Amino acid sequence: MSLLRDLFTVLMVSAGGFCFLAGTAGLLRFPDALTRLHALTKADNLGLGLIVLGLIAQAPGPLGALKLVAVWLLAQLAGATATQVLARAVRAEGRDSP
Amino acid sequence: MSAALILDACLVLLVLAVAVWTIAARETFPAIAGFVSYGLLLAIVWVRLSSVDVALTEAAIGGGATGVLLLGAAARLTDRAGRRPAGIGLRIMAGALCLAITAALAFVILTLPDPAPTLAPQAVAGLPATGVGNPITAVLVAYRGIDTLLEKIVLLLAVIGVWCLTPDDSWGALPAPWGTARQDDAIVLLARLLAPVGVVVGVYIVWVGADDPGGAFQGGTILAAMWLLVMMAGLIAPLPATSRRLRRVLVAGPALFLAVAFAGFAMSGDFLSYPPAYAKWLIKLIEAALTLSIAAMVGVLVIGPAVRKR
Amino acid sequence: MGEFLTGSACFVLAMVALGLVRILRGPADADRIMAPQLLGTGGIAVLLLLAAATGAPAVVDVALSLALLAAFASVAFVLAKGSPAPGKADEP
Repeated sequence: MSLLRDLFTVLMVSAGGFCFLAGTAGLLRFPDALTRLHALTKADNLGLGLIVLGLIAQAPGPLGALKLVAVWLLAQLAGATATQVLARAVRAEGRDSP
Repeated sequence: MSAALILDACLVLLVLAVAVWTIAARETFPAIAGFVSYGLLLAIVWVRLSSVDVALTEAAIGGGATGVLLLGAAARLTDRAGRRPAGIGLRIMAGALCLAITAALAFVILTLPDPAPTLAPQAVAGLPATGVGNPITAVLVAYRGIDTLLEKIVLLLAVIGVWCLTPDDSWGALPAPWGTARQDDAIVLLARLLAPVGVVVGVYIVWVGADDPGGAFQGGTILAAMWLLVMMAGLIAPLPATSRRLRRVLVAGPALFLAVAFAGFAMSGDFLSYPPAYAKWLIKLIEAALTLSIAAMVGVLVIGPAVRKR
Repeated sequence: MGEFLTGSACFVLAMVALGLVRILRGPADADRIMAPQLLGTGGIAVLLLLAAATGAPAVVDVALSLALLAAFASVAFVLAKGSPAPGKADEP
């Protein structure tokens, strides 16, 4: 049972790490600010989400697991808002200087 | 062990790189982006140094107040006419001074005897008398309570200093432009959802501070960040310096701390000494009042003095 | 397990560091403010991994604080950029 749990953690955390890799690749390769924001949100949502999912299996108790989920939800809210306002700022900047 | 070693090496290189980049950046905004990133990295560094209390402070201050403060300052500076970069002589002097301080710190740390002198065993040994389980909280509020008390009074003086920068004709006016800025619905949504959660987290950080890393400063800073957020969203207006309510909250914590300190003469015969039977509850009470005052102080310091009416 | 989690933390940190290079180069200010945003998320992941690796539950609280304040720099940036500079009226 413990082996299965560890395997789950390794799989999920690795997948999360891969999402951070993908996000970074996007940040380095994408041509403009809006597409780079898109890459950033992948790291935000999926990368952190998968890592949290993997760590839940290692959490000391249900409350510890709940706190991990809370961290992820807060990061989601922050990420979504930041992306939204930054995208608007990028568009406004583009309009000012065509 | 090896993975941890690689992580630490990565962290050190990254912190140094971001620090150099922040100093080398020529524009204000990039330098702020670098500095905020630097603060976030420092939080991880403190965790690696097993100073979770300091990491919490760094996360709360660096993630919230610092960014808002610096960006606000940058926005105030953008239109200053005739802003010139510092001359070469001044830059060399600043560099030399920083180098001297770094060298002095390095010298002190490298010449520490091994094992380094420490009061940690005494601090832990005295914990049962205070009733709290976190040695940091015990040091801050019990053993070295006088330092914390004076520190809070220094913060109050800083608030007065900021208020002194108000131009005469706008005394009592609203401090920041946020209350009048157009509302951005994404920020409004964030403030409505996040602020209640943030208040709970702030109180939680203060509460666990008795036995685990956390405490009044960390929690108060988080509360201040939430206050700033609802002001930035335009949901509430900032309080002017003339507000009685604001002033009462500002002095509540230091005043209560002082009152308990003087009551120490009557209760256990000395300034700032807690009677052992009530020590834990007195410490919690002081922490609670300090939290509110710190939140108000940090908030007032970040929003700055009133601007002149147009 | 601890070794793997610490290694993963190291990997995420390295990825975030690489991403910083692109962001800090700009060109626009909005690009640059993505740096703290990315570092915030990466930092939360690193801290959670470290908390699990070293069995220090208090470190999760640091991640919680970072997550709570993750949007602050971006929000303050947009407001500072978007609103007219308040210092304008102070100038002679």
